[in-house]
Amino acid sequence: MSRRKFLAASMAGSAAATLSLTSGAFGAALLEGYPDGMGVLVDMTRCIGCRSCEAACNKEQRLPAPDMAFDDPAAFDYSYHAGQKRRTTEAAYTVVNRYEIKGEEQPVYRKIQCNHCNEPACLTSCFVNAYTKTKEGAVVFNDKVCVGCRTCMVACPFNIPAYSYSSAFNPVVKKCVFCYETRLKNGLPPACVEICPQEALTFGNRRDLIKIAHQRINDNPGRYVDHLYGEKELGGTSWMYLSSVPFEQLAFDTTLGREPIISNVKGFLGAVPMVLAIWPALFTGFHLLATKKKHAEGHQDDHHIQEDDKR
Amino acid sequence: MKAIISRGFKPIDSPSPDNSARRWTLKEKLLLGMTPRQYFGQAVCNPFNWVLGLIFLIGVPLLIYRFAFGLGAVTHSSYDYPWGLLLGFGLFVMVPLSASGFLLGTAVNIFGRHDLHHIERLALLNGLLGYFFAVVFLLADLGQPWRLPYPMFVAFGTGAVLFLVAWHVSTYLSVQVAEVSEGFFEWMNWPQAAKFVKKITVGLTVSAIILSTLHQGALGALFTYAPGKLHPLWYAAEFQWIHFFCSSIAAGLCMVIVVSTIIKKTMAWRCDAGFLDNLDAQTITLAKGACMALITYFAIKMLAVAHDNEWAYLATGWGLWFLFELAFGILLPLVILSYGIRRERAGIVRLGAFATVLGIALNRLNCALIAFNWRLYQEVPHWAEVMLCVTIFALYIVVYRAILYRLPILYSWKAKEAHAPEAVKERIPFGVSVRPSHHQVFRTRD
Ligand code: SF4
Ligand code: SF4
Ligand code: SF4
Repeated sequence: MSRRKFLAASMAGSAAATLSLTSGAFGAALLEGYPDGMGVLVDMTRCIGCRSCEAACNKEQRLPAPDMAFDDPAAFDYSYHAGQKRRTTEAAYTVVNRYEIKGEEQPVYRKIQCNHCNEPACLTSCFVNAYTKTKEGAVVFNDKVCVGCRTCMVACPFNIPAYSYSSAFNPVVKKCVFCYETRLKNGLPPACVEICPQEALTFGNRRDLIKIAHQRINDNPGRYVDHLYGEKELGGTSWMYLSSVPFEQLAFDTTLGREPIISNVKGFLGAVPMVLAIWPALFTGFHLLATKKKHAEGHQDDHHIQEDDKR
Repeated sequence: MKAIISRGFKPIDSPSPDNSARRWTLKEKLLLGMTPRQYFGQAVCNPFNWVLGLIFLIGVPLLIYRFAFGLGAVTHSSYDYPWGLLLGFGLFVMVPLSASGFLLGTAVNIFGRHDLHHIERLALLNGLLGYFFAVVFLLADLGQPWRLPYPMFVAFGTGAVLFLVAWHVSTYLSVQVAEVSEGFFEWMNWPQAAKFVKKITVGLTVSAIILSTLHQGALGALFTYAPGKLHPLWYAAEFQWIHFFCSSIAAGLCMVIVVSTIIKKTMAWRCDAGFLDNLDAQTITLAKGACMALITYFAIKMLAVAHDNEWAYLATGWGLWFLFELAFGILLPLVILSYGIRRERAGIVRLGAFATVLGIALNRLNCALIAFNWRLYQEVPHWAEVMLCVTIFALYIVVYRAILYRLPILYSWKAKEAHAPEAVKERIPFGVSVRPSHHQVFRTRD
């Protein structure tokens, strides 16, 4: 093989890969804020665990009938795998769990659902771009393209996306969609927020919610711990929480830090173009060095083949 | 098979029977030169085939069941553990064990280590089949396998690591098909095609290096999406991809040693003298490479612990498990391998290679399953998922063996004896991807 042909061949190989990759690496950096983003402030000190939000979500999202009725308090005692409380599933986009805290008279109730991250890990990990962060702040999901690799479930730091394992022919990821199609898009609050009898859930512009939350903390320093969970965590989430007890006692992950998940991956994504740029030249060099030695030994292989070609 | 050979049977290894003008028909080639009756007879006599048969008897219906009733019917994959054994073993273990193709391709074609050429084809085939079956495992695990081409043609999540994996594994698969096709073309007696593949070998090899570096690393980078879920000792944002890439070098090289050992024990009749005589020397050479990779791997593993200052974790139960992985999966193989290399004892080296393969497999299972969700609970795979893995792996062995029986991987296609004295024929006298000048050099050196 002539050197020119070899170079051409290796360039063609890497060029094809480069095209798909550089865009990928840059895509990862394209995350800015959502000025019009809406959100929900969950004030856990107000929640009484009535589970009407669960029922409203079930109705709004046309989910199958629940295993346990929405007024059955036994749901709070349910646990699986030694101590795991209920979590979101393909049939329940939101659940409310009860936590008995030592030293507190009342149990604390925590509603979980997708937090609609500002820089969603599910979105950045999906290789078919099934997720979209809308300008209203919702993280919605296109089940027409989901392949079912479940990487988004691995990536979500809050363990939110659930997968319809029971479906044989159209299993897809399911999670809270902020009632985007039916409500948010039209400026309406989500079903779960609307139904809450305690006003534990406040719907509004995310920036306003942050102000309201800090106002509440300042006005009632004895009532709240001084932390708005979701304001800064992982680049911020649209749904944020206020609590009367330290968050880790309510099974919130307080070790997540402020950097969005994608920051952990950027090191590798940044190395990709470098490998593409450096490897071909490096290994071409090695190859030339190795064959040069053969020339010196008098076994000039390039020469040999070229002669054959002429025949 | 041994019985037939002891009765004077010689499996096909040239285009025509006994230098006659007649060419073997494709059917004869497929049956290795036996009559259908003979072929069937030897297959039935082999007890290993009974085991395989039993596996398929259970596994194939189970596979059908999985597709009819969904993943939930056969796995414990849950909302918390989206990745089970099918991916943990099938993708994360199979891919590093298949790094052999690009490693040997690089050694022979880029670094000019033509002393390794007898084993190069086996390494290429090992790479191709490993990747191919990793995709088969993936297909069995994906919720909607029929949508696998989506990231190629329909929707592009270009910023996702898995997007890179998908593109690179698929392009690399085609590169490997091209690399292995040379032997196939010889076997089919299509010398022009074989010649063409030989011409683009270096280009193919360089693209193989690039693609392999990136997707071996990308498999590691996939875990960097889950910082809170993977135990900190196994998690290293900056180093994860280098860990995976570096350990895949040792895994790929040692996998070739393991496979060639099994071949030598069970399939010596299919190997030619060139393969058998050089095997010990080549095993030791490969082991040297694996040692270097293991030392580097160990160093960067420690570097990652130091960088993230995770020493305190070492005193916990997880720390013990981590230390076990290091000791059993890196240090022990390293000691065995270097002892074997120093004493030039191929047998000991083979033992070390086996330990390395197990060690790297343990690392991948730790990342994907065992140390994953360490703060939640431990996932135990469903028996049906284990059985599916065994079935697909058995299929891998069957295909592997069928190709080794036929194509000139372990032996050279004696094209020279054919009655077709074209110039082309002379250039591939032994049907190996090395040019005649080199070949002669090494023959005299042997
Ligand atoms: S909470 Fe999870 S599912 Fe929801 S947007 Fe964030 S990463 Fe995605
Ligand atoms: S499971 Fe579906 S949505 Fe999630 S990453 Fe895979 S393809 Fe994307
Ligand atoms: S926002 Fe809508 S989908 Fe999400 S939990 Fe509330 S009701 Fe359910």
